[in-house]
Amino acid sequence: MMTFSSADLFLILPELLIVIAACIILVLDPVLRTSDKDGLVWLSLGTLAVCMGLTASQIQAPATIFSGLVVIDAYGAFWKLLLYFVTGLTILLSHSYLKEERLYFGEYYGFVLLALSGMMVMVSSADLLTLYLGTELMSLSLYVMAGLKRSDPRSLEASAKYFVLGAFSSGFLLYGISLLYGATGSTRLPEIAAAISGRNLDDPLLLFATILLTVGFGFKLAVVPFHMWTPDVYQGAPTSVTAFMAVASKAASFGAFLRVFMEGLGGLKANWSAMFLLLCLATLILGNILALVQTNVKRMLAYSSIAHAGYALIGVVATGHMENSSGIASVLLYLSLYAFMTFGAFAIVAMLRKGGIEGVDIEDFTGLAKRHPVAALLMLIFMVSLAGIPPTAGFIGKLYVFMSAVEAGLPWLAAVALIFAVISAYYYLRLVMVMYMREPSDLSSTSPRMVMSPALSIVLACAVAGVVIFGIYPNPLVNFAMQAVSALK
Amino acid sequence: MTGFPWLTLLIVLPLAGAMAVFAVKESSVRLTALAVAVADLLISLPLWWLFDAASGDMQFVESARWIPSLSINYRLGLDGISLPLVLMTTVLMPLCILISWHSIERRIQSFMAMLLIMESAMIGVFCALDFVLFYVFWEAMLIPMYLLIGIWGGPNRLYAAIKFLLYTLAGSVLLLVAILVLYFQGGHTFDILQLSQGTYSTSLQFWLFLAFFAAFAVKVPMFPFHTWLPDAHVEAPTAGSVILASVLLKMGTYGFLRFSLPMLPDASQLFTPFMVGLSIVAIIYGAYMALAQADLKKLIAYSSVSHMGFVTLGLFMFNIQGIEGAVMQMVNHGITTGGLFLCVGMIYERTHSRQIADNVGLTKPMPRYATFLVIFALSSLGLPGTNSFVGEFMILAGTFLWSKIATACALLGIILAAAYLLWMVQRVAFGVPDPHILPKLRDVNLREMITVVPLVVLIFVIGIFPNPILTRMHPSVEKVIARVFPPAAEHASGMPRMTPFTPSVERITSPTGPTFSQETQVASEGRP
Repeated sequence: MMTFSSADLFLILPELLIVIAACIILVLDPVLRTSDKDGLVWLSLGTLAVCMGLTASQIQAPATIFSGLVVIDAYGAFWKLLLYFVTGLTILLSHSYLKEERLYFGEYYGFVLLALSGMMVMVSSADLLTLYLGTELMSLSLYVMAGLKRSDPRSLEASAKYFVLGAFSSGFLLYGISLLYGATGSTRLPEIAAAISGRNLDDPLLLFATILLTVGFGFKLAVVPFHMWTPDVYQGAPTSVTAFMAVASKAASFGAFLRVFMEGLGGLKANWSAMFLLLCLATLILGNILALVQTNVKRMLAYSSIAHAGYALIGVVATGHMENSSGIASVLLYLSLYAFMTFGAFAIVAMLRKGGIEGVDIEDFTGLAKRHPVAALLMLIFMVSLAGIPPTAGFIGKLYVFMSAVEAGLPWLAAVALIFAVISAYYYLRLVMVMYMREPSDLSSTSPRMVMSPALSIVLACAVAGVVIFGIYPNPLVNFAMQAVSALK
Repeated sequence: MTGFPWLTLLIVLPLAGAMAVFAVKESSVRLTALAVAVADLLISLPLWWLFDAASGDMQFVESARWIPSLSINYRLGLDGISLPLVLMTTVLMPLCILISWHSIERRIQSFMAMLLIMESAMIGVFCALDFVLFYVFWEAMLIPMYLLIGIWGGPNRLYAAIKFLLYTLAGSVLLLVAILVLYFQGGHTFDILQLSQGTYSTSLQFWLFLAFFAAFAVKVPMFPFHTWLPDAHVEAPTAGSVILASVLLKMGTYGFLRFSLPMLPDASQLFTPFMVGLSIVAIIYGAYMALAQADLKKLIAYSSVSHMGFVTLGLFMFNIQGIEGAVMQMVNHGITTGGLFLCVGMIYERTHSRQIADNVGLTKPMPRYATFLVIFALSSLGLPGTNSFVGEFMILAGTFLWSKIATACALLGIILAAAYLLWMVQRVAFGVPDPHILPKLRDVNLREMITVVPLVVLIFVIGIFPNPILTRMHPSVEKVIARVFPPAAEHASGMPRMTPFTPSVERITSPTGPTFSQETQVASEGRP
């Protein structure tokens, strides 16, 4: 029996506010003059700031609402705060980027907020169907956003491809949910956990349910072998959308995935961790090796984001081999640090313009250090961080993930992952090499230039501050990740 | 202990300087960088006298919580092994800045910033007492060095830079895994001193030794992991070559001495024949390769491989002469090879060629230059009275206790060193100069004098009176040896001894290594 109370509504106020803001934007957009549309940006940012405050106040007060469909806890708050932050950066970046691309869609910001609300539902749902709703809300918004550059066939291809494969993966997810319902008689995570305690994957129904859920989430997380859509979609979508997908969508998917597998299927973790070990190795190996041969920076970063999902999976695999949950905490830390560096890198790619279009070839970065020393330095920091070299955030993330792997008795996995980190250093630093060690061949008007704007400066400053500050003093974030994970049952 | 954060100051000052060079006018960048490096040198000098030579413990210790949730701390300290290396670094940095005064024209601010960041990281490596902190400093210098080679290097710089980076990175990733394994096996701590006290099973030590070996052997570089070195040296700008040869290579041997020996004593003994074998191969192979080089920088690079072979040889003798000789040789090699690279840099600025064939007969046009070159070359080949003699002699004396054949093989390296260095000197200093380059050959000016004279002074001071350094390192080295051969467990069964002799404190201080061990004995008697 479903009961609503106003207290429940108050607890999902952040979600409600985001949806209301999205609706206001969608309504106001047609009536506003183009010059006034900056107001929509301010409305979005203001809403995010309010939600940030609300969610921060919920960290200490866990609650289960809507008859157990939604949980409000520190774990959800961790992801939500990260998502607000990334969404804020996306909106600021888009503000500059859309102008450059001459895309004046007010509804763009509406879709960003709708996707965000879907992600928020994903990370706080305690029921598989609520989770599915959140996933669809996020995905549908992203399908539209990927195709916003209507004049560019690549963008349309990205949108279509993303839609087809996304729908396909949703099918897997739903099928997994229904099988799990068949095996346990519930879609609520606590009830599922109770039903499977003492059972293992010898039960074919449970086995297939777990596999199908893994496949469904595998598409969303973009882990090998479910990664095929990623490079094409990341390359074709407008770069601000790519950044949003690579960071926010991945974070939210990890958030939902970890909650389902820890809270619902935690009893089977010794079983499923073996499966994720295979996915993890395949992702590390293929992601890094395919990134080596890319000449398009967006594709390179797409494979890099696949590879980073592999590093995060190490923490998931480690969890299956140990009692405590530091493996999951390391995943949370890894993805939040990954957000800063990846978003920063995409922001620079977005604003490097070559005669009206984006300069996305590695060659377009030639001599950037001479023309835009600051942009080159920032890109250098992001690349070094992505390669995991100290003293940057990327190193701290890898350190914690590998620590949990060694704690779980898998030092060989850490060694393999680190060897692939060396390989990744090659392609990240190739960009550094091009920027710093090659002279620009000509300085004519067609040579790429950075378009700087105050909004972009804020984005880059936030990203680089995160990379540097958390690289040197990550303690608060580590503590927050540990606190968030302790909220998981 | 004064409680004053000397070491933090030493590390932070160059970092602050690296930012300051971007804030000042372009014309005063060089002066600012020099002032920062000199200030750092002046801060480091008092440590030499404040250091309590009678103690083998860490001194000037600083400790602060850094990432308590992962039990990582900010801990710094110096002992008799790291003190000379830190001082060597602070002495060399102003010289590196001086030698780059005119030779670097492009992006001078970034160049000086890179040098100063390197200085911070290098001092940090020698001071760190927390394993993660050590690793952060260890890796943090990769990117500045990569950029130094890649931006300001020679024609083949891109290849050399990425090769340097990938080699050293590949070596050090296994170090990280080993550090993490030690953390969980050694009682959930990254404290280097605490980890050095722990006991680990022989099989664990075996694997950890291999992981440490990968990191340190690449850095030293030991044969067969040395191939990045000639490339990096040849392409790097002069200051980069000096830092690379004088300080970066020492970090590898320092790693062996600070981590492999005390943390993994059983495995260190097990691997002794292997390490000695590789060292001797490096000594002879490096020397033969040096003999065949036509490029001055390549010649010195291969001579570095040979000389660093002596250091690793001395380290794995586990006796006072061997290890003290190795530390001496680390400092000496830093001074002498640094000097040689400075000399090559000077001649390159004039003739724009590093080929021996293009730089012959310099004595007439550049008498002062030829003098310095000869002094550095003689020091490098270990002439008695110069610094390298002290180190090499002690290492050979230590090796003699272990194996006469190994000593004989290593001696071959000294003979070959005399051959390639004297042959090089003969051609460069005493040949018949090419008349076309004569007008370019201005003799060494005042700035260049200032860059090499300190090193010449150190060569003779250490060569004639090495005792102050030896006294300071003696207690620390004894501590390391006591870890490898615990006095109490002398007769316990445990690991089968791989060595044909049983070193003990009596044996070590007995006058087998004639001059210097007697001196150290005197020094140890003088202790309160």
